[in-house]
Amino acid sequence: MTDGFPGRLTEYQVIGRHLPNEANPTPKLYRMRIFAPNTVVAKSRFWYFMAQLRKLKKANGEIVSLNVIDEKRPLKVKNFGIWIRYDSRSGTHNMYKEFREMSRTDAVEALYQDMAARHRSRFGSIHILKVVEIENNDSIRRPYIKQLLQKDLKFPLPHRAGGKVGKKVFAYSRPSTFA
Amino acid sequence: MADIDVKVASWKLVEVGRLVLIRSGPFEGKLAAIVEIVDHRRVLVDGPSTEEQKIVPRHVLPLAHATLTHFTIPQLPRAAGTGPVKKLWAKNEIDGKWAKSAYAQRTDRSERRKNLSDFERFKVLRLRKQARYEVQKSHAKARAANKV
Repeated sequence: MTDGFPGRLTEYQVIGRHLPNEANPTPKLYRMRIFAPNTVVAKSRFWYFMAQLRKLKKANGEIVSLNVIDEKRPLKVKNFGIWIRYDSRSGTHNMYKEFREMSRTDAVEALYQDMAARHRSRFGSIHILKVVEIENNDSIRRPYIKQLLQKDLKFPLPHRAGGKVGKKVFAYSRPSTFA
Repeated sequence: MADIDVKVASWKLVEVGRLVLIRSGPFEGKLAAIVEIVDHRRVLVDGPSTEEQKIVPRHVLPLAHATLTHFTIPQLPRAAGTGPVKKLWAKNEIDGKWAKSAYAQRTDRSERRKNLSDFERFKVLRLRKQARYEVQKSHAKARAANKV
């Protein structure tokens, strides 16, 4: 994620179809972009969504292909808009959130953390409907992202705690917190 | 009432072009320039130093792992690529300026002292004594001259 380690989630492209039979030897292909920690979960989520959308499930279907979608420009800071649907304890809600990250997977990871923090919702109760990179800054809707896009943005870092190096249990003076 | 001069505090700012010292992680102790601000806790940094072993690849750095320095690359465009950053880095002589800073000199010296042999440590001791002796001598002379 932010510190150079591979993230928790990967974006997969999963393509599946109904098993071919005599009535329909060339069934229609269905493609999904799925964020999952591994291929097993990705396939499982594909069948979960597929069964909701069409009359097609794992017992009568097959996965045709599954591959990883990599970020095209992982060294560029981008703004993402994410549409989700999630089940809270009392009902189902639709939501739109914005994130400023380096990649789609980073944005989705941040989304899951955010939803867990603010709404105590889990991976299983969130459906990601759409992840879009917002290229035009004027179409940013949320003030918490808007504030980061102003021209010549600058701010100080007041009140910083020093490092842990050489720290004892008890200090004989109050720490200096500005630098 | 006495006139009180209130000055605006001169904070070092998180801004595009600010040079930061990386304080933890794989690039600890190296210098990098802020290329873009991701949010209030993270920045995108790039450190295309002219010296091979001091290069910091472009990556996202949490501000908690950085110390802001007094140096900036003025007029660094937002989200500039490594090429232009490298050019401006060389043009502003960042490596030279940093090497001259008190912090860099102190860490350099302590690093060198750490790797001295026993005999070299002895030589340092002798030289420091000699230097101290000279200082004390001139100090005594100045004191004697001021006495009168």
